[in-house]
Amino acid sequence: MNQSLIQLKGIVKKFPGVLANDHVDLDINPGEIHAILGENGSGKSTLMSVLAGLYKPDAGKILLNGGEQKFRSPRDAIACGIGMVHQHFKLVEPFTVAENIILGEKGNSFFLANKELKAKINELGKKYGLEINLNAKVWQLSVGEKQRVEIVRMLYRGSKVLILDEPTAVLTPQEAGELFENLRRMASAGCAIVLITHKLNEVEAIADRVTVLRQGKLAGVLEHDQINAKEMVRLMVGRAVASKYERDSSPVGGVVLELDKVNAFNDMGLPCLRNMTLCVREGEILGLAGVSGNGQREMAEVIAGLRQVESGKVLLNNGNISNLSPRTIIDLGVAYVPEDRLGMGLVPELNALENLILKNYHQQEYSGRWLLKSQAVARNAETLVKQYQVKISSLHQPIKVLSGGNLQKLLLAREISSSPKLMVVIYPARGLDIGATEAVHKLLLELKKQKTAILLISEDLDEIFKLADRVGVVFDGQLTGDFPVEQANLEEVGLLMTGSSLAKERMNDNEPAHL
Amino acid sequence: MNRLTFKLEKRLTPSPVMVFIIPLISVLLALLLGGIFLVLTGENPLTVYSLMFVDSLGSKYGLTETMVKAIPLMLTSLGVSLAFKMKLWNIGAEGQLYMGAMAATWLPLTFPALPIYLMLPGMIILGMIAGGLWALLTAIPRAIWKVNEIITTLMLNYVAILWVDFLVYGPWRDPEGSNFPITASFAEAARLPGLGDSRVHTGLFFALALAVILAIVFKYSRWGYSINVIGSSERAARYAGMNIKRNILLVMFLSGAISGLAGMAEVSGIIGKLQHGISPGYGYTAIIVAWLSKLNPLAILIVSVLFGALQVGGYAVQVEGVPAAVATMLQGAILFFVLGGEVLTNYRLKLVSQKGEELSK
Repeated sequence: MNQSLIQLKGIVKKFPGVLANDHVDLDINPGEIHAILGENGSGKSTLMSVLAGLYKPDAGKILLNGGEQKFRSPRDAIACGIGMVHQHFKLVEPFTVAENIILGEKGNSFFLANKELKAKINELGKKYGLEINLNAKVWQLSVGEKQRVEIVRMLYRGSKVLILDEPTAVLTPQEAGELFENLRRMASAGCAIVLITHKLNEVEAIADRVTVLRQGKLAGVLEHDQINAKEMVRLMVGRAVASKYERDSSPVGGVVLELDKVNAFNDMGLPCLRNMTLCVREGEILGLAGVSGNGQREMAEVIAGLRQVESGKVLLNNGNISNLSPRTIIDLGVAYVPEDRLGMGLVPELNALENLILKNYHQQEYSGRWLLKSQAVARNAETLVKQYQVKISSLHQPIKVLSGGNLQKLLLAREISSSPKLMVVIYPARGLDIGATEAVHKLLLELKKQKTAILLISEDLDEIFKLADRVGVVFDGQLTGDFPVEQANLEEVGLLMTGSSLAKERMNDNEPAHL
Repeated sequence: MNRLTFKLEKRLTPSPVMVFIIPLISVLLALLLGGIFLVLTGENPLTVYSLMFVDSLGSKYGLTETMVKAIPLMLTSLGVSLAFKMKLWNIGAEGQLYMGAMAATWLPLTFPALPIYLMLPGMIILGMIAGGLWALLTAIPRAIWKVNEIITTLMLNYVAILWVDFLVYGPWRDPEGSNFPITASFAEAARLPGLGDSRVHTGLFFALALAVILAIVFKYSRWGYSINVIGSSERAARYAGMNIKRNILLVMFLSGAISGLAGMAEVSGIIGKLQHGISPGYGYTAIIVAWLSKLNPLAILIVSVLFGALQVGGYAVQVEGVPAAVATMLQGAILFFVLGGEVLTNYRLKLVSQKGEELSK
């Protein structure tokens, strides 16, 4: 008989105003890779946090090998062999890998027998193919390596069930492939892997079984031979979704934005843009692919006047705008949707009225010499909220209570309504569910129709290939590729994102890389 | 049998009812706590409290004294609230008050014969500039190098107090003052007129006018909007093209200027000269007042009167042999309970059974 390793029965978890989990059941078998699929806000992360001991359920039971368990803290869950790797890594950057792995372990004396420990970790690594340099400092590691450290840390603590929260969100396609191989190896060694995701292709690629959640409820469980994209979408969204957008194919106009050999430093004073050169034309979407941390954010800030240009020129309609003040650049018609919606693009404590005039409160339309024109401010907010279909209960409520999708709509509403000549957007759909993503994408395509030049910076290649007219690749502060979208190919862009001609050489020398 | 437990649940929006009830309950709890201490020291709390109440609010004289104490509290609280609005933690109102008093004193000491229409405006302007510059001294390193203004404003308090001491013990000491650390008395033209024949002076109108102006600035003005954005999120403000450095300098200067005005009003309206220890810590109490008022300028007026009354009541019971520290203790206790009670504006307490069924709110 197939005994479940873990069973969740009738889990209920309430947050103010939301029923995050509504009597959800879940079975996890040893040795399987089990995907938890659902849109944002469907309750996947909440459910896993209950399993990992972070939240106490309001009702329901957790059974481990058939016996009921109560977790009062993640420590209890870890003691039962359940470990979670969060989306945002919980590592101490200045510490070494080995120090991070033993961190928080009880019973380790400070002067731990170093050799013994390292041998143990190395053995674990060999068993699962997770090789890491134990003496490296964590800040020196790539994102993929950091994730590996998190996984090894959980294994070191004896986890038999490993929960990964959207593990590929931060990885390149290559790194993701590697991760999947490792997960497969761990599963065959008897671990159970629980994968939280909203990407269908990942589920198809790796999962043995998938549990689909929708709006906090269990929508269905699919066995391995039942897994197919169509069925999963149906369970997830309750309707079919457009896989391609209708694109306006009218010819593009003149150059709006041009970066000419721009150099800039990041917050740590290290070079982050190296002779960056690119241009975007009127009515064109340039999709800039790249793993985050390769200078994308800094590039957007340079264009918006928020970061110093060390050398080179930023030209807007042939006028040099490098190192002008942010306000001058805004008034010249540059809109910017930053990656950090809440805290940069929008002010969490302020209400929608106030947030919607953030960039033009000083213009005659909204204020006189001293006082704000409160009627104009209110009219502006009412119109925008209606036009962009932002779901909001009151214009006077702090906007921090809104969902990610509504925040992004609010932000785009403000930026688009300024009728910009150039729009810079970073990761516009990050963290949004399928419905909200579609809405955001349509807004960008609509803006393109109005002849705005759009610089779309993204890690999501699907997004770029769906929206862009041209695909650029950025790596280590340089443009390493630039193709019309019809000539761009997914594998090549993926390889270029990881940098180096090394990737190209490998492709030429050996057999074609299988991705 | 289900076990019952309490559980805190976050509210979506702060409860408006609690915003009003909590300060009231906090005052009551503070009185209760103070009462326990009084009982332990062998006093009857009811006698002490009624004495405090009658002497501060129950007679014309008491009310007058309460207002006299409330005026500097109002001004310094309004001053710090402006800086707090932008999350600039100006703890230096006390020092700014002393510097304002000092600069205002310079005019009648140097030009005792000026007519009143030059003297008073001159003293007001000098007092505000001195308080403002004293605050600006901390704003500049804050704007350029992000030097923590809590430390610098606090430390400059001691410098300002000792500087005033130096003056009144030294160069500015009244040669005919029988060696007391005081300056010569001001000419009549350097005195703010009183209201009727009471000690309450026209400085009260400065406070009332400033409160109204600040209320409008915070709520309806373009500048107030940008202060609010900068205070809530500096990154968003920069992104929106606001000039953060200029606003740090401006807000800190004005914040200090208002406290400087408080100093001017003290020497000109009450004492008529500069002396050692002109403020019993108004600038520090102002921090509590501003915080309890949630930076609402009109609430500051009311809370200042309450705290003025506490101070007067404290002096009153001292005559009966009860330490005046009772008042300070009550101030502290009120703040303590209000801060503790703040949890209830953002969370609600729920009684739940172990099974997770809701029983009551």
